[in-house]
Amino acid sequence: MKVAVKGDTSSFAKEIEQACGQDVLTCYQCRKCTMGCPMAFKMELKVSEMMRAIQLGLREEVLSADTMWWCVSCETCATRCPQGIEIVEVMDVLREKAFKEGYKIPLKTIEAFHKVFLDSVKSYGRLYEMGFAMDLNLKLRDPLKDADLGPVMLSKGKLKLLPDKVKDLKSVKKLFENVKKLEESRA
Amino acid sequence: MKYAYYPGCSLESSAKEYDLSIRACCHFTGVELVEIPDWICCGASSAHATSHLLSIALPAKALVQTEAMGLHQVIAPCVACLTRLKVASMEMADDDALKKDVETVLEGSYQGKVKVRNVLDVFLNDVGVEKIQEAVVSPLKGLKVACYYGCLLTRPPHIAQFDDVENPHSMDDLMRAVGAEAVDWSFKTDCCGVSMSLAETDAALDLTNRVLEGAKDAGADCVAVACPLCQSNLDLRQKAIGNKYGVFYDLPILYFSQLMGLAFGATSRDVGLEKVIVDPFPVLGAI
Ligand code: SF4
Ligand code: SF4
Repeated sequence: MKVAVKGDTSSFAKEIEQACGQDVLTCYQCRKCTMGCPMAFKMELKVSEMMRAIQLGLREEVLSADTMWWCVSCETCATRCPQGIEIVEVMDVLREKAFKEGYKIPLKTIEAFHKVFLDSVKSYGRLYEMGFAMDLNLKLRDPLKDADLGPVMLSKGKLKLLPDKVKDLKSVKKLFENVKKLEESRA
Repeated sequence: MKYAYYPGCSLESSAKEYDLSIRACCHFTGVELVEIPDWICCGASSAHATSHLLSIALPAKALVQTEAMGLHQVIAPCVACLTRLKVASMEMADDDALKKDVETVLEGSYQGKVKVRNVLDVFLNDVGVEKIQEAVVSPLKGLKVACYYGCLLTRPPHIAQFDDVENPHSMDDLMRAVGAEAVDWSFKTDCCGVSMSLAETDAALDLTNRVLEGAKDAGADCVAVACPLCQSNLDLRQKAIGNKYGVFYDLPILYFSQLMGLAFGATSRDVGLEKVIVDPFPVLGAI
């Protein structure tokens, strides 16, 4: 990738450091992270390239990249990074920022996954696995995806037809509301 | 030995057999579990992809509840829950402002006294190999087990603080203690791709296939796991992998606790053996 770099390039790295305490500027491009990454074969911008792009202050490019959406948070990169950078925390910050700032998420599927998951927790206090899988497939406009697995799991007693709700749903709703309130008061 | 017990969502449904078999193993080894009343979901991978505060507050609820029960240790058998609980407890210990935010969100206070434990660690280090060997009534003689640890049991090391990060052996030790043979193989900590499995099935299959292939090549009769996400992915996807790669592994994927329970004399029903999708009875019948 050919890029033009101008101005203070370190501000994006500082912004990330402020959010999670990880100093991306210490990355010296050994590429151990990319070498061990099980999802590298899918990423257009590999992990080490993403680290470099952050150092170069390429905020736009990084927040619209596919890297953090393919990342499965397996922690292999962070475990092996000789500079001790907790790369997955950087990924989390990038996902959160991309979400909140309305960046187009290159993997619709993953975006839907997180939305549907949290909706279930919000409504029931717990993950309703079967409802989750069905809602997800509806959102992906592929309602029959994995349909062959449903009957297998049901016959094995692995799926509940009805959600398991917590009794004190009020306090769960309150928890979500309180998080939102506190975050908005700081935004 | 008394612990608060946080089963988590999977153990209530798709991983019921993990819950059953852990309870059975605890029964045989004198571990007392007290389930946290009305526990809520830890938010797993989705909360931390969307809001940091939410990702700490959801699991912190279980820590607060553990304290309220007068207990100091909580067991979370699902490795995804385990990690979220650990992260919450560590981050709150290091960051007073965050702890205060969480207390505001939960509308309650947290003393910071709870230790989050993984279930392998409890059996190996609190119960101990000796006591486990004593409890065995039908050793799993001749059964070749590939112990699979996946991503989060050992990673990242500063959070997991457990076992060797690239070549762990705690599950192998437990399997040997109950008479099985733990095979040597290279995929113990490779990612099985489960978090992509529902949304991007095809990409995940590549990763899943590699793990299963590794276990088969090592001559394993079955794979032992300690995580409901690994279990369901490795078990459920074998048919799709067969269709995609033309290899049908037919490899039973069992919780280590199911195998331990059987060795302690629990029945196949007690440990939910019939709930596993790739039929484990042929390989277990031989022992
Ligand atoms: S392993 Fe660490 S230092 Fe090496 S390229 Fe990746 S982030 Fe940079
Ligand atoms: S945590 Fe993400 S980026 Fe790091 S190795 Fe795993 S998939 Fe790759």
